[in-house]
Amino acid sequence: MSSVICKDLCKTFQQGDEIITGLDKVSIEIDKGDFVCLSGPSGSGKTTLLNAIGGLDTPDSGQIFIGDEQIDTLSKGELADMRLNNIGFVFQSYNLIPVLTARENVEFVMQVRGMPAAERSTLSHSILKEVGLEGLEDRRPAQLSGGQQQRVAVARAIVSQPKLVLGDEPTANLDTHTARQLMDLFVELNQKHNITFVIATHDVRVMEYTKRLIRMEDGKIISDEVQSPLPLGDGYKDVTGRATHDAKAEG
Amino acid sequence: MNTLPFNAVFTLAWRNLWRNHRRTTIMLAAITVGVWAMIFMTALMRGMVDDMLLNSIRSLPGEVQIHHPQYRDDPSINNSMPAPSDNLLAALQIPEVVAWTSRVRVPAVISSERDSRGIVLLGVEPSSEIAVSFDPDSIIEGRFLEDSNDRGLVIGAKMAEHLETRLGKRVVVMSQDPDNNIADRGFRVVGIYKAKLVSLEETYVYAGRDTIQKLLNIENQVSEIAITGEDYRNAYKWYPQIKQAAGESVDTLPWYEADAYLGSMMSMMDGFVLVWVIIIFLALSFGLVNTLVMAVFERIREIGLMQALGMRPAMILYQILLESFLLLFIGLLLGNVIAVASIIPLQSGIDISAVAKGMEMMGASSMLYPALKVEDMVLANIIVIVLGLLTSILPAWRAASYDPIKALNSN
Ligand SMILES: Nc1ncnc2c1ncn2[C@@H]1O[C@H](COP(=O)(O)OP(=O)(O)OP(=O)(O)O)[C@@H](O)[C@H]1O
Ligand SMILES: [Mg+2]
Repeated sequence: MSSVICKDLCKTFQQGDEIITGLDKVSIEIDKGDFVCLSGPSGSGKTTLLNAIGGLDTPDSGQIFIGDEQIDTLSKGELADMRLNNIGFVFQSYNLIPVLTARENVEFVMQVRGMPAAERSTLSHSILKEVGLEGLEDRRPAQLSGGQQQRVAVARAIVSQPKLVLGDEPTANLDTHTARQLMDLFVELNQKHNITFVIATHDVRVMEYTKRLIRMEDGKIISDEVQSPLPLGDGYKDVTGRATHDAKAEG
Repeated sequence: MNTLPFNAVFTLAWRNLWRNHRRTTIMLAAITVGVWAMIFMTALMRGMVDDMLLNSIRSLPGEVQIHHPQYRDDPSINNSMPAPSDNLLAALQIPEVVAWTSRVRVPAVISSERDSRGIVLLGVEPSSEIAVSFDPDSIIEGRFLEDSNDRGLVIGAKMAEHLETRLGKRVVVMSQDPDNNIADRGFRVVGIYKAKLVSLEETYVYAGRDTIQKLLNIENQVSEIAITGEDYRNAYKWYPQIKQAAGESVDTLPWYEADAYLGSMMSMMDGFVLVWVIIIFLALSFGLVNTLVMAVFERIREIGLMQALGMRPAMILYQILLESFLLLFIGLLLGNVIAVASIIPLQSGIDISAVAKGMEMMGASSMLYPALKVEDMVLANIIVIVLGLLTSILPAWRAASYDPIKALNSN
């Protein structure tokens, strides 16, 4: 079964007198458990497409299905519920609520969903361990490095087994090494939990990891190819950081 | 899933409140001082008005008074009435009535060898008079009357000064009987009293009721029946019962109707308290709205994030309102505690004689007793909470209506 289906999505923006094309008849189908990378130059429409799939924005025309639910027709409130229950987000930066600890950030979505505290606590504990943040659970975002913060965001995105995890430039603010570690984590979680990932990036380091690479330009999909991803952890083991070893040893 | 997860929202609201310690502390201090000012000043104003009203009510006819229907137009002896009927006596047994007394009250002239003065002569029954209005501690020389047959006279200190008389001296009191004959007799001054107001000392002269009834030849007729309850503000609750028992042939009036000026003063005071509380609140609300607008503005991105993650706008609204509520609640708590703590030591009275010269005309005395009323505190608290939350709706609403994408991308 498909995880995401988009049919003929169009989206334009008005800026002054100018009409800017965000999406131009975009159609894609993403299978469950897939790991898709959206690439393309700046302004090609990657973020616009992700926002439409994630229910943060509605297209001007076209249809979007998440699982078997059509979401382009939902109201704002319904979209909020849809995001809460189906989608995990990892943004480029500012992913975490500053006044909450790592653990609380991870539990936040589950808490809003109304999951009992004991269940939340078990899940957040094991997921934080899985992303290599054991021992840092009670730190606030300001006390974590950029890479650690992104790991918390990833943990939050996947902890409640969403239908789909969307990442918009999740590695853009990280150095090469940390970016690779994060991508390794994505791939590992994708394989282990069979969660669908869609990552938008113009970072070539990231593209190497994906099974399927979609290229966009001017709001259109110009290529869509299946590739054999880079083997997990390749190319940096010798320069390695401990965190990756730990994460892998425990994962 | 549409029920609000209170714990999550509370944690966010509470921690965000303390995120900017300085701003929150300043705002808390402002609310605390504002609430303190509301309650403290209200207690002082209430104390002042209570004092004026009580001086008037106590020294005059009581909380509820019964007169001959014409007495208020012409307080002469012709407009007197019979002593209380059995029916009325029974009604005066109700628990709301704390004390009552009946008096003969006529205009008269008092003369010493030196001078003469116009007075109001009160023929009283001493023990019930004390229960209703006369403070025995106000006797500074000699004694108060012992019974209705007492042949002595009790006059005010100022009157003694005017007449250049003193304890033990004889004075003559002159009035008219119902047939317009002069009725006069000599009395010995047995007591001198000091009143809160000099004008009272100059006006009221006390004698035994039976003695005056004999002097005026009116058998057991009286001029007025004065009744007091627990709290003068509650007179409206019980006076209809008395009125019914007293019958149609007499006038039964609560104090606020008997003296429209006093009555309007009390309702004016209620209005003052409300206006005062609202003015302070308005000053506070600017700070409150500013604090919330800043707090929301600084957090646009995380508000966008929370919405992106699936928190409904209502939950954002609820969080900001809860933040405002916590701020108001703590400020109120501190304000109330400080207000009560600062009023309690002043219960024994504040000496305002230095600034109160000339206020006596208005019926104020030189000691001010702050009157802390639960109703006033409740009013201040309700106004701060309710209006505070109402003014918070605007910034909270703004926060809740951010577009998540724009909010996330703002800098
Ligand atoms: N809110 C908006 N108002 C006006 N134009 C917009 C808005 N959002 C996006 N656009 C325009 O739509 C087009 C697609 O933008 P989008 O953000 O999807 O590109 P992108 O591929 O994510 O680029 P980048 O790699 O820089 O993040 C661009 O030309 C952009 O300027
Ligand atoms: Mg983008």
